[in-house]
Amino acid sequence: MSRVDEGLMPPGGGIGKDVAEAHVPFPKGRFAAWLLTLAVAAYCAWSVAMNENFGWPVVAEYFFDPTVISGLYVSLGLTVVAMVIGIAVGLLLAVARMSKDGLAKSLASLFIWFFRGTPLLVQLIFWYNLSTLFPTISIGIPFGPTFMSWDTNSVISPMTAAIAGLALNEAAYMAEIIRGGLLSVDRGQFETAESFGMTRARALRRIIIPQAMRSIVPPTGNQLISMIKATSLVSVIAMADLLYSVQSIYNRTFEVVPMLLVAVIWYLLITSVLNIGQSYIERYYSRGDRQSGAGKAARDDAPAATAVPSRNVAQQEMAQ
Amino acid sequence: MNAIVDTAPLVRARNVHKSYEQLEVLKGIDLDVAPGEVVVVLGPSGSGKSTFLRCINHLESINRGSIEVDGEQIGYKLHKDRLQRLSNYSIALQRRKIGMVFQQFNLYPHMTALQNIMEAPVGIHGESRKEAAENARKLLKRVGLSEKADSYPRQLSGGQQQRVAIARALAIKPKLMLFDEPTSALDPELVGEVLATMRDLADQGLTMIVVTHEIGFAREAADRVVFMDDGKVVEHGKPEDVLGNPQHPRTRSFLSRFI
Repeated sequence: MSRVDEGLMPPGGGIGKDVAEAHVPFPKGRFAAWLLTLAVAAYCAWSVAMNENFGWPVVAEYFFDPTVISGLYVSLGLTVVAMVIGIAVGLLLAVARMSKDGLAKSLASLFIWFFRGTPLLVQLIFWYNLSTLFPTISIGIPFGPTFMSWDTNSVISPMTAAIAGLALNEAAYMAEIIRGGLLSVDRGQFETAESFGMTRARALRRIIIPQAMRSIVPPTGNQLISMIKATSLVSVIAMADLLYSVQSIYNRTFEVVPMLLVAVIWYLLITSVLNIGQSYIERYYSRGDRQSGAGKAARDDAPAATAVPSRNVAQQEMAQ
Repeated sequence: MNAIVDTAPLVRARNVHKSYEQLEVLKGIDLDVAPGEVVVVLGPSGSGKSTFLRCINHLESINRGSIEVDGEQIGYKLHKDRLQRLSNYSIALQRRKIGMVFQQFNLYPHMTALQNIMEAPVGIHGESRKEAAENARKLLKRVGLSEKADSYPRQLSGGQQQRVAIARALAIKPKLMLFDEPTSALDPELVGEVLATMRDLADQGLTMIVVTHEIGFAREAADRVVFMDDGKVVEHGKPEDVLGNPQHPRTRSFLSRFI
């Protein structure tokens, strides 16, 4: 056997023997690769953990610091609000962009073109400085009378600027993700819903979107994780998010690396939790796709096994 | 040749024309279908039979002529002595009395068989969930799939999926059922179970328009056979006449391939 493995002899022999008795040769190469990888990983972990420059005691000291935790809340809150608005507006934009109506289509395209085509950081700064461009915000008829008017500075706080900037930028990306998802659904599904007299809104909600979710969820998970990190950009408009709070601490204590580690570990923790959530959501939306999965479907017999008898029944019916 | 009957028809199509840009698919179809009648539409591929079926519930709009179902002009209404296109919502309302079964079944893959059947009665026709579920189970029994209520479409064979699709269309208590090549996507050994279900419906007096290639089904279940070729009705009549003694050369050459 071993000589065959080493290629000294052509493979062969044992013709006619039952392969059920076969055994797999010991995977020497893979074993060595594992051993080497584990050794390198252990060494890296050890050198990081033992390196005093990382300041692990400082990390531990500030990990639950009230400033850090409040920054964490700001980051999480911004992420959730911006993402929810982003998805809602993105859905509207996606539907508008796919509609036959020229006006809706071009407005949606224009929105997506602009907000995807300019840097998020610049958009945030523009929102924050909106008052220098438009001192007042008013509602009225274009070129005609105005009905209501506000001082821009009273409307646009760092918070609203951050939400507007993040949400509208997100909406542009989500629009394309959702549009891709809607396009991935078989055209026959929409036609069927139509033939039953469903309204377009109902067909979208009940038939199309649930199926589109399978291809919408994974990139949306990506977007959510990007969003958590993108919230760190709002530190430039003086929003006290997670990054801003650790910065405010290390500006005082000069413990730059340990404080950044605090932020990094928090970001990693959040994204890990989100990954788990995403896998549950994905499993939910692929429920019709499992041949014999958990839950309801498991109570059914194997499809192939039951298909045969019922087919026979039908044939008997025909014969009668 | 016109396929027009004497009694007050449920479906009345007159001079129906349909073009896709340069290509004229329907070149003036006249057809009446009486209540309770089973009409089987035969014809070679590309003769426009599926397109005509899809015009009946306005999945395709027509360019000339008119289609009436149950006394209503499909897709249009009279407004100040002129026809006006109906709103999407009004068209949806018209479609609610017409059931349709598709070649590719088109079951909703994210719903179980039972949920597929209940969707329209609960969501569109305002039935209570309990009532709809009861009715759905009855329909599943009728198509011989009682034990499959909680299965997802992917867990069913093609024939079973199509029978669920038929039950789903029946659940809205349609005045008219349209079948668009319901067995063309099935393996040969699964065709029988679907045809048996359809024959059962025909016997119970449902008004049906069936586009198919199943000559056997036409012979046994149809009240009338319509033969279409090149966007026109070239021959129609009782199945024994059209299939047994075809007059038109196109019908003859088409049928000769099935013997």
